[in-house]
Amino acid sequence: MSMAEASRSAGSPDNSSPGGSPKLATSIRDLTKEYVLKSETVRALRGVSFDVPEGDYVAIMGPSGSGKSTLLNLLGCLDQPTSGSLLLGSDDIAEMTDDQLAEIRSQRIGFVFQSYNLIQQLSVVENIQVPLYYQGRLGSDERRRAVALAERVGLGERLDHRPTQLSGGQQQRVAIARSLVNDPFFVLADEPTGNLDSVTTDEILEIFDQLNAEGRTIILVTHEDDVSERAKRVVRLKDGRLHTDELVSDERRQAARAAQKMAVQELLERE
Amino acid sequence: MLWLRTWRLGIKSLALHPLRTGLTMLGIMIGVWAVIVLTAISQGASEQVQKQIESLGSTTIIVRSQKPPDDKLAGARAAKYGLLRGDLDQILSNVPTIRTAIPIREIRRQFTYRDRLVDGRLVGCTSAYAQINHLKIRNNGGRFLSDADELKSDTVCVISAGVAERLFPFEEPLGKRVTIPEHTDKYKIVGVLEHRNPSAAIGGSLDSQDFSADVYIPMKTLRKRIGDTIVTRRSGQFQLEIMELNQITLQANSQEQVRMSAAMIEDILDRNHSELNDTVVVVPLELLEQARNMKLMFLGIGILIACISLVVGGIGIMNIMLASVTERTREIGIRRALGAKQQDITRQFLAETIVLSFAGAMMGIVIGLLSLPMYRAGIWGVQTTMPDKFAALPQAIREAEPSIVLWTIPLAVAIAVGVGLVSGLYPATRAAKMNPIEALRHE
Repeated sequence: MSMAEASRSAGSPDNSSPGGSPKLATSIRDLTKEYVLKSETVRALRGVSFDVPEGDYVAIMGPSGSGKSTLLNLLGCLDQPTSGSLLLGSDDIAEMTDDQLAEIRSQRIGFVFQSYNLIQQLSVVENIQVPLYYQGRLGSDERRRAVALAERVGLGERLDHRPTQLSGGQQQRVAIARSLVNDPFFVLADEPTGNLDSVTTDEILEIFDQLNAEGRTIILVTHEDDVSERAKRVVRLKDGRLHTDELVSDERRQAARAAQKMAVQELLERE
Repeated sequence: MLWLRTWRLGIKSLALHPLRTGLTMLGIMIGVWAVIVLTAISQGASEQVQKQIESLGSTTIIVRSQKPPDDKLAGARAAKYGLLRGDLDQILSNVPTIRTAIPIREIRRQFTYRDRLVDGRLVGCTSAYAQINHLKIRNNGGRFLSDADELKSDTVCVISAGVAERLFPFEEPLGKRVTIPEHTDKYKIVGVLEHRNPSAAIGGSLDSQDFSADVYIPMKTLRKRIGDTIVTRRSGQFQLEIMELNQITLQANSQEQVRMSAAMIEDILDRNHSELNDTVVVVPLELLEQARNMKLMFLGIGILIACISLVVGGIGIMNIMLASVTERTREIGIRRALGAKQQDITRQFLAETIVLSFAGAMMGIVIGLLSLPMYRAGIWGVQTTMPDKFAALPQAIREAEPSIVLWTIPLAVAIAVGVGLVSGLYPATRAAKMNPIEALRHE
C-alpha cells in the first residue's frame, strides 16, 4: 500500500505531509445537512469527513436513508451543507452563491445520472457540449472536443442522432462523454448502471476503468456490490455518518472484473 | 453568439410541438393583423373626409343660408329667408381681414341643348369663384367668367364636365347656347371645366357636395334675368321661395385670422338674422381639426380593440409556456446540473416566447398586407359581377379605400413582442427558480 493510499484512507487533514501527497479532487470536513420536512428536522448528514485525491475511484454505498443522495447532491454542488466544508480545489461550496455554484458545476464536475438525462431536442454532439455552452464556450474547438469524446465512447457514427434514437447503453456513453467535456475535477456518477442490463453494465464499467487508468477521478454512488467492487475504494454511509472507508485490493478488483466478464460471456453464449 | 444559440435552441424546442406552437402564434397573428387592418380602415375613411375638407380651403370661411324651421315661415305666402346682399356689404366694410368674398346663388334647374336635357344646378357667382375652388378649365375649354361678363351682365355661362358630357356628347360645346326652359334665356358657353371632386358637406347636410352638374353664370346676370324669387313645382304644388344669396364664400388674409374673422361675421349675421336664424357659418379649418381628432379617435379605438386580441394572444402564450415549463422540469434540472445559471434558464424560456410572438407578428404583418389587395379584389369582383347592387351600396362603402398606416406595423410588432415578453416572464422565472435537485427527480 502506497503512502498516498494510506493518507487517503486515513482522511487526515494534513495533506502536505512529506512523501508528496497528491492533490485533492475534493475534501469534505464535518459535513452536516438538515432538512425541514413538515416542521420536522431531518438530519441527513451528521458530520462526514473524507478526502478524494486526484486519480481515485471511490464508490459511495449505503442503505436508503443513509444520506447517500444528500452527499451526492452536495458533491455535485447542487445543494449547500448546513455546516462543515466541502472544498473543490481551494473553493468551499458552503460559502457560494447560486450563480457561483452553477459556474463550479459547469467547470469542475462531470455528472453521469442513472437515467442518462440527455436533452431530447439536442443531438449527440450538442448534448456533449452543454457544459461548455454554459461556460460561454461555443467555438469550433469546443465542437471538435465534443466530437472526439463521442468517438472515444464509440459513438463517432451517431454524432447527429437524437437521444431517442439511441439505446440505453449508448445514451449513457453520451452522458459519460458529456461528463468529460469540461475536464472536471471528478466524474460524479449516480447509479450509472442502474437502468442497464449486465452486458451493458460491463461496457460502462469498462469505460470507467479506462478513464480511471488514465488518471480521471471518479466518484460513484451505487448500491450494487458488483459495481463497487471495481472501484479502488468503498465508502459506506450509515445514518448520516461515515460507516466504513476501505480500500479494495487490486486482486479483488481484478477478480471481480474477471468474474463479471465471465458472467457476461456466459450470458452471451446462452443466447 | 450566446444569444444566437439561445434563439436556435428556442426555435428547436418550439419545433418539437408544431401544432401547439402554431396555435399559440395564431393568437398573436390575429392581434397584429387586427392592428394593421383596423387602423387601415379608419385611416382610409378619414383620409377621404380630410381631402374633401381640404378642398374647401384652409383660409376659407363659408356662410350659407339655411332653411328655418317650418313654423317660423308658416302663414307667409312665400318662404323668404337666407343671406342678403346687404350682409355681404356689411361684412366687407366691417371685417378688414377678409381678402375675397364671392356671393353665390344656387338654383336647381334643367338645362337643354337641342333634344338633350340635364338636371343640374344653376350657380350665380363671380370671377374669383374659379380660383378659390381650384377649378380648372379643360384643355382648349375657353375661360371662366370674367369681371367684364359681370359688369355687362352678359348671358354667358361656364359648364361643368358632367354637363358637357351629357349635353354635348358629340359636339364641341364652346360657343353653343344652353337653354333654361323656365326662363327662356339662352346662355352662350364660354368655358368648360375639368372634373371636380365632391367636397365636404356643409351646413347640416350629410352628403358631400356634388359639382358634376353645375352651370355657372355671372351673379349680376342671374339677379337681373332670374331674380330672387324662385318658383318650384313639386307634385302639382307651387312653392315660392325668395332668397338673395345661398352662400358667401370668404377668404381671410391668413390662416391665423380665420377664427377671428369668422367670429366677427357671426356677430354681424346674428344681428341681421336674429329672428329667423337662417344662416350658418362654416369654417373648414375647424372641420379639418375635428376630422383630425376624429381620425385619432378611430385610430385609438382600432388599436385598442386590436390590443385586446393581442392580450388574449399573450394569455395563450403564458398558458403554453407554463405547461411547457412543467413538462420540461426535468430538462431544466439537467441544465442546472450541467452549469446553467438561473438567468440562463430565464433567457432560454424568454427566447422561446419572443420567438413565438415575433413569428406570430411577422405572420400577422404578411396577412395584414395581403388583406388590402384581397379587399380591393373583392370590391372589384362585386363591382364587375353585380354593378347594380354595388351602386346601391352607401357611398362610404363604395369609395372606402383602406390605407395602411406604416407606423402601426412596428407598433404592432412592438406590442406583440412586449406582450410575449410579459407573458413569458412569469413562466420563465418560475422555471429558473426551480430547485435543481427536485427538478432532476421530476418524472
